[in-house]
Amino acid sequence: MQREADGTDALRLDGNAAAGILSEIFVPDLTTARATCAGCGATREMGALLVYAHGMGMVVRCPGCDAVVLVVARAGPRLWLDLTGARRIVVPAVPPA
Amino acid sequence: MEPATKGASMSSPISRGFRGRPRQTGAAAGRLPPGQYETRDFPVLSAGPTPHVPLDTWTFTLRGPDARRVQWTWEEFQALPREAVTSDIHCVTKWSKLDTLWEGVSVDTLIAEAEARGVRIAPFVLASADGAYTTNLPLADVTGGKAWIATVYDGAPLAPAHGGPARLLVPHLYFWKSAKWVRQLQFLERDVPGFWESHGYHNYGDPWREQRYAGDP
Amino acid sequence: MTIAWRVATVADVVAETPRARTILLDVPGWPGHRAGQHVDVRLTAEDGYQAERSYSIASAPEDARVALTIERLDDGEVSPYLADALRAGDPLELRGPIGGYFVWDLAVGGPLLLVAGGSGIVPLMAMLRHRAAALRMAAAVGGPDGDARRRVPARLLYSARTWDDVIYRDELERLAAEDPTLEVVLTLTRETSAAWTGFRRRIDRMMLAEVAWPPAERPHVFVCGPTPLVEAVAAALVELGHEPARVKTERFGPTGEGR
Repeated sequence: MQREADGTDALRLDGNAAAGILSEIFVPDLTTARATCAGCGATREMGALLVYAHGMGMVVRCPGCDAVVLVVARAGPRLWLDLTGARRIVVPAVPPA
Repeated sequence: MEPATKGASMSSPISRGFRGRPRQTGAAAGRLPPGQYETRDFPVLSAGPTPHVPLDTWTFTLRGPDARRVQWTWEEFQALPREAVTSDIHCVTKWSKLDTLWEGVSVDTLIAEAEARGVRIAPFVLASADGAYTTNLPLADVTGGKAWIATVYDGAPLAPAHGGPARLLVPHLYFWKSAKWVRQLQFLERDVPGFWESHGYHNYGDPWREQRYAGDP
Repeated sequence: MTIAWRVATVADVVAETPRARTILLDVPGWPGHRAGQHVDVRLTAEDGYQAERSYSIASAPEDARVALTIERLDDGEVSPYLADALRAGDPLELRGPIGGYFVWDLAVGGPLLLVAGGSGIVPLMAMLRHRAAALRMAAAVGGPDGDARRRVPARLLYSARTWDDVIYRDELERLAAEDPTLEVVLTLTRETSAAWTGFRRRIDRMMLAEVAWPPAERPHVFVCGPTPLVEAVAAALVELGHEPARVKTERFGPTGEGR
């Protein structure tokens, strides 16, 4: 999906940007996990998703339909994780060679 | 990045000579809620792509708990009485900006017209914006001269990056409640938490009681 | 296991360009990394205020020390400290390595196409350093060195402002001179000297069509730099016919200040 990186869009990042905060919750690295968007059904590696690093949390969106796939919010002493935008996440058992 | 509370990470080594963004606490004494720093910038935070809605298709809606609603086109909205507003704004990420200048239509004005057209005004409000963003507030917090739909910032039309063409402005609460790209206020009989309220942030968000996160008193 | 915060010590600092320098770190318990990964760096002021940013690792996994290359952004909050104030002996809190998506090593194979804008060269340089080290090792172990290199040819297209802003310039020239299977193409968008005879414009579709392998070669592509550049390049590559799944991106945000 073609988009213009103007204004706030230039703040857009890749799934890798969420890897640090996700490492506080998950044991394996999630960036190579394959997530299925609950909005449009497209499956992609999490590293290929779009990350909006809002100061209140990271909002991870589907590059195809812009639906929110997951939200990680560092709300004070707690990390809030919302995965309802991901129909499924498949984590490789062995890191890819 | 969010400033830590004092003494939070005692195990982190001090980065000798690192000062970070200029920040003051005492200088604006009395005007800064607890835990806030003053900034002269206007940081842009984004949770999604910037919506671009052509003004000829833009509408703003006030909707009751049932099907009744009132809707304004951009032209109709521009014809409504506007007010100039000067206020301090406080972001939950600890940055405050003092004396920001806005122009907007008071939500009181919009509610009066909606009531006249038979829209039922219920005690809770859910604000919806482009990009599927929502935030919730009690009716009492958007009436009595406390809230506007703002279309001008610092003398110029509100830029898309800052929520243009129109955003909700409710400066007495943390600024995530001032929904960018607002398109609708819906009145509800029950409180429905919005986006950040559903992701760990406080349901009400009073900066003077430091109600940042869910569970804060 | 959560990736722990560690306190590294700055072993040395090396000037790269007027705006950029490399910090060499001794990191206790460093588990090793893959080229393309990054670290999160956390700074703490005396009043407890903290700021956190991500920086790509510049060093190859084979290198003795972890290297970060920082470009100073004029209105940056963290980069001026890292690019100017930090000195040998200072502590630096970091966690990593992070990110398994934007990584390349020899086993992944080639052809390898790297496209960098400004400080986006950093993780791609780690890939090129790894490639050179791994190929040297393959040659040392035995077997025809030429075969290994030809199996993983590499091309770098690197956009910088001026000749003086090209980070790792001498090293890139040396690597390309020593290895006929590595090509380095620069485009300088604000160079005024007539001595520069190469590209003088932002990376666009025409330049990519000239420099990149044809899509039929199925190169592994890594694009890194400011978000607008990365998105324009990735879109152009897909328009040229490259498989979207083979074009991996690492956006640095608007200014490139370590996210």
